[in-house]
Amino acid sequence: MSTDTAKPVAYRDALNQALREELARDPDVFLLGEDIAGFDGAFKVTRGLLEEFGPERVVDTPITEAGFTGLAIGAAMTGLRPVVEIMTVNFAILAMDQIVNNAAKIHYMFGGQVSVPIVIRMPGGGGHQLSSQHSQTLDSWFAHVPGLKVVCPSTPEDAKGLLKTAIRDDDPVIFIENEGLYGKKGPVGGPDDLIPFGQAVVRRAGTHCTVIAHSRMVWVALQAAEELAAQGIEVEVIDPRTFRPLDLDTLAGSVRRTGHAVIVDEGWPEYGISAGLATHLYEACFDWIDAPIGRVNCADVPMPYAKNLEQAALPQPADVVAAVLANIGRGIA
Amino acid sequence: MTGPGTTEPQDMRDMFRSMLLIRRFEEKASEEYMAGRIGGFLHLAIGEEAAVVGTVSAMRADDPLTSTYREHGQALARGTDPRAVMAELLGRSTGLCGGRGGSMHLMDKARSFYGGYGIVGGSVPLGLGLAYAIRYRGGDQVSVTMFGDGATNQGVVAECFNMAGLWDLPIVFLILNNQYGMGTSLEHASAEEDLYPRAEAYGIPAWKVDGMDVMAVRGAVAEATRMAREERSPVCVELLAYRYRGHSMSDPDTVRDAEEKERWRLRDPLITFERVLLGEAVMTADDISAMTAEVEEQVEDAATFAEQSPEVPVGELADDVYANPFNDDARGGALMR
Repeated sequence: MSTDTAKPVAYRDALNQALREELARDPDVFLLGEDIAGFDGAFKVTRGLLEEFGPERVVDTPITEAGFTGLAIGAAMTGLRPVVEIMTVNFAILAMDQIVNNAAKIHYMFGGQVSVPIVIRMPGGGGHQLSSQHSQTLDSWFAHVPGLKVVCPSTPEDAKGLLKTAIRDDDPVIFIENEGLYGKKGPVGGPDDLIPFGQAVVRRAGTHCTVIAHSRMVWVALQAAEELAAQGIEVEVIDPRTFRPLDLDTLAGSVRRTGHAVIVDEGWPEYGISAGLATHLYEACFDWIDAPIGRVNCADVPMPYAKNLEQAALPQPADVVAAVLANIGRGIA
Repeated sequence: MTGPGTTEPQDMRDMFRSMLLIRRFEEKASEEYMAGRIGGFLHLAIGEEAAVVGTVSAMRADDPLTSTYREHGQALARGTDPRAVMAELLGRSTGLCGGRGGSMHLMDKARSFYGGYGIVGGSVPLGLGLAYAIRYRGGDQVSVTMFGDGATNQGVVAECFNMAGLWDLPIVFLILNNQYGMGTSLEHASAEEDLYPRAEAYGIPAWKVDGMDVMAVRGAVAEATRMAREERSPVCVELLAYRYRGHSMSDPDTVRDAEEKERWRLRDPLITFERVLLGEAVMTADDISAMTAEVEEQVEDAATFAEQSPEVPVGELADDVYANPFNDDARGGALMR
């Protein structure tokens, strides 16, 4: 199967390519989830795969997240490589017992006798007026748990390359997409272009302040960087891409050079990704930083429905601009 | 053991030996716990030996088995070395799972025993996944997943009944109904005291048998595994049994009625099976004495082995968190600790 890497591909189609290529490559790979076969998936990520690979390998499940996630974990214990789609992260909460008590523990607590090579895909994020129960960013819930690997791609290229790596990895991988990114277009790699876990990437180089952002927040940060550049301020935007493992060296190296750091995280501020990253950076860069680390998060509220309130709750480019200006002492702090 | 179908005298002797081993092993484990050498929880299955051994004796060696946290017996019945089980209970480096799991988390993959799990009901989807994998690969094994009466009130078990019925997966759901979820009786926890009809509601053939009678259990599980193997149908069997000890060693067992306990004591599966063996001249009283002495020696040996085994090196604390651990040197010093 050839893939034209020059043509821009949407994030959802990049994921689709990864799934198609890995299904074709390894007969132990199969997909299951709600409405992924006949309906092509709630976000059309699995479009066409039922026709190509058949109902044994592209399986529609009942709406039963704990049950089918646990089923996939059990199948993975025998060496199969199930890729589970949970329609959104909000529904993964129903499967948390299976993910945390089973997937994350089985390799360790049985002394390494079996591994759990499963991928659990799900989109998170808000911004579509879906209110409190359908607009959550729970990356930190998974990143908290030893035994899981946690991946949050922000571009089509990463979506494809990281998903392929996830499927070939022997550990449970929580693969968190973003509802606001499925239509995002960009170049993608070919069938053999895997992106390793634990390698952050510099999305934009700069010298005045390091801005760390992942998933959809990368694009918010890049927009803020444009606005700041117009004021003569060059920020370095870094995307960690994976939180387990975390490429702290790249993050800390940048912060040591710029002396300033702002973390942009669509999740809540309390005890989450931004809090964890800030702790790492304080430990690694305390003697290098010139100001307390700035954080831009979702407001500490359940997500409201009303459009103006929702936009106020979510991190916006203007919030990032203000946080950077405050951090480098040029804003109205 | 030769497996289900017919039952030869040697099968009956093997089953009795297995039941004796579990009983004596758990009595010894209880002593080890009281002596402070076993930590955490210790859930004993004393009284449930017929349910465990009858089930395992009816399975093929390559049929995967999953269980709850009350699973020493499943490992022993599957043929796991009692030394490795006792060493795991004592948290030693020679333990079955290297001291990581303890009493509640035994696994012996080489014997297709896929583990004991500590969350009530949480292991049932794993058993379903083992069945799914069998069908995916075109195998003819049957997944046998054992859980208690308490688990039947967990929603995920209903989810599993539904998927098993929907997809005709080769699984036998074995409800080991010992009539108590910790200290709460079935009648206080369940709207209906018969549990197997819950599976029937999903189109799964199901029935109830006397879980104190090892031959009855063997017969029921042999039929259930046959149906799952040959007719590609999920099956559910409810085994009505009784545990003679409290929920765990930390439960003084003051809630259950003394008269009730005495009534079930009269149906002790070892005593009743011994009567059958003697009555059918499968074993003599001397045979039984000799077998008992041999089993007791084996259990003492296991305890001595465990007590004399080294502790797990603390340097191994973070081993096996990941199957593919992150390589700090090769990939830029990333954190996975």
